[in-house]
Parts: sequence; C-alpha cells; structure tokens
Amino acid sequence: MDARKESNRTTAERKSERETVVTRTFNGPARIVFEAWTKPELLKRWWAPKSIGMSFVSCEADVRTGGTYRFVFSHPSSEQPAAFFGRYIEVIPNARLVWTNDEGGEGGAVTTVTFEEKGGKTLVVMHDLYPSKEALDDAIASGSAAEMDESFEQLDALLVTLPTEQR
Amino acid sequence: MVQYHQARFDASFAALSDATRRGVLEQLGRADASITDLASKFHMTLTGMKKHVGVLEQAGLVTTEKVGRVRTCRLGSRRLEEEAAWIERYRQLWAARFDELDTVVEDLKRKEKVDGRKKRE
Repeated sequence: MDARKESNRTTAERKSERETVVTRTFNGPARIVFEAWTKPELLKRWWAPKSIGMSFVSCEADVRTGGTYRFVFSHPSSEQPAAFFGRYIEVIPNARLVWTNDEGGEGGAVTTVTFEEKGGKTLVVMHDLYPSKEALDDAIASGSAAEMDESFEQLDALLVTLPTEQR
Repeated sequence: MVQYHQARFDASFAALSDATRRGVLEQLGRADASITDLASKFHMTLTGMKKHVGVLEQAGLVTTEKVGRVRTCRLGSRRLEEEAAWIERYRQLWAARFDELDTVVEDLKRKEKVDGRKKRE
C-alpha cells in the first residue's frame, strides 16, 4: 500500500508561459483508467474528493468528439453552485482526451489528457494550454488573491491582539 | 512549507509595524499607484517612499513593476512565490482526485476479473 503510494506520485509544473502539466501513474490498464474518465457515474466517484470540500450537484459528460460536459458543484462557503463546462474536441478511446474549459470565457485552457500503458500500468499526462501567458497569469493571480485575503484576515486578527503602544 | 509561511508572516508583520506602510497598503487597496504618487500623498521624499515600498515588497505584500520611467506599485505577493503556491495547490487538488481514482481503478479491475470468470463458466 505504502509502496504503491510512493511510486504513484502526482507531479505538477508550469511547463511554459502558457502551459501546466500534471502527471500520475495508475496500477491498471489504459482501457480501465480511460473508462473512469469517460463515464459520468465513474467520474462522479473521484472528481470531487471529500478533502477538497466540493461535492457534485450534477455530472453530465457526453464523451465523444463534439460532445459536451457540465459538472456542477456545491461548496459550503458559497450559496451558489459552481458550474464547469466545455466541449470534447478530440476523443481517442483508451489513448487521448481533449476538452475545452469554457466557464471562464475566453481565457479558458484547453486540456489534453493522454493515457500511456506500459507493463499493465498507465501513465496519465494532463496538459493545460492557455490561450496566452496573460490568461495563465490571471488564473494564478485570481487563485492567489483568494489566499491573500485569508492571510490578511489572519494579520488583522493578530493586530487586534497587539497592545496599542506597540502599534 | 510551514517554515516558509512563518518567515513570510514575520516579514509581513514587521512591514506592518509602521503607520506609513499601513497607509500605503490601504491606499494600494483602493488603486495601484506610482512611487511618485505615494510620496506626494504621504508628504514624503521619493527616496523615503522607495524605502517603505521596498520593505513591503520584501514582505511580499506589494509588487512593483517598472514601465518606462514609472514604477507602479500594487498589492500582492511576489509573482514567483505566488505561482509556486498556486502550482502546489493545483497539484494537491489532482493528487486528492487521483487517490480516489485509484479506488475506482481497483474496483473496475476486480469487476473485470469477476466478469471474466463468469464468462468462462
């Protein structure tokens, strides 16, 4: 169990001004891993793990070239559910999936996932290509702004506890 | 990671111990500004304001960018740190998903085995 976890580490990096890449190996053949990415009832079981605090409201995925998907999630911190949607622009069974991410308008990335089987294991490479450097920078900045707000709140809380003469 | 956060927190705290610098942050919270703007708003010399902005920048509370002859200041941590933290959060999100996906893959493998046996029977 532990050995398995160690060998199957998830890596993530910004590959270039416009790209991020995530990789992970799975202990199973490509057809099985691919199946788990393409059937809504299976997607639902792993795409919203408990630890990230989101849960599925609905999950639609018509996985074929030209088909669309729509994932709707709820999160305890927001009253409105969040929808993620787009279109599959390339589907090669057991090998490759390409979809658009349209919820953010024109700045959305195109995601390419490849499934490479070797000795009964499957290497999954997920590649996000943004339309421009600015689009990826914006995605990073808006993600970080939320975190910044949290740390400012922490600082505010601390400042209140400081004796006035030290301020 | 924890230590890194602590160091940054200390630097932020030191930066905030000064009333002018707190004022600058408040000002930048409303709008980006050049060092010249800030110096005149706080009735200070350019050199004095540069020092304050430098402390805020070191603490990762402000970023500055020079375009032509004007250095613009805005709220926010340094880009590279921000980016590294973002990538790490993104990695953690997918790592959490993929751990669940492991379970789905194991289930499907087991099911395939059982189905295979049934077919042979």
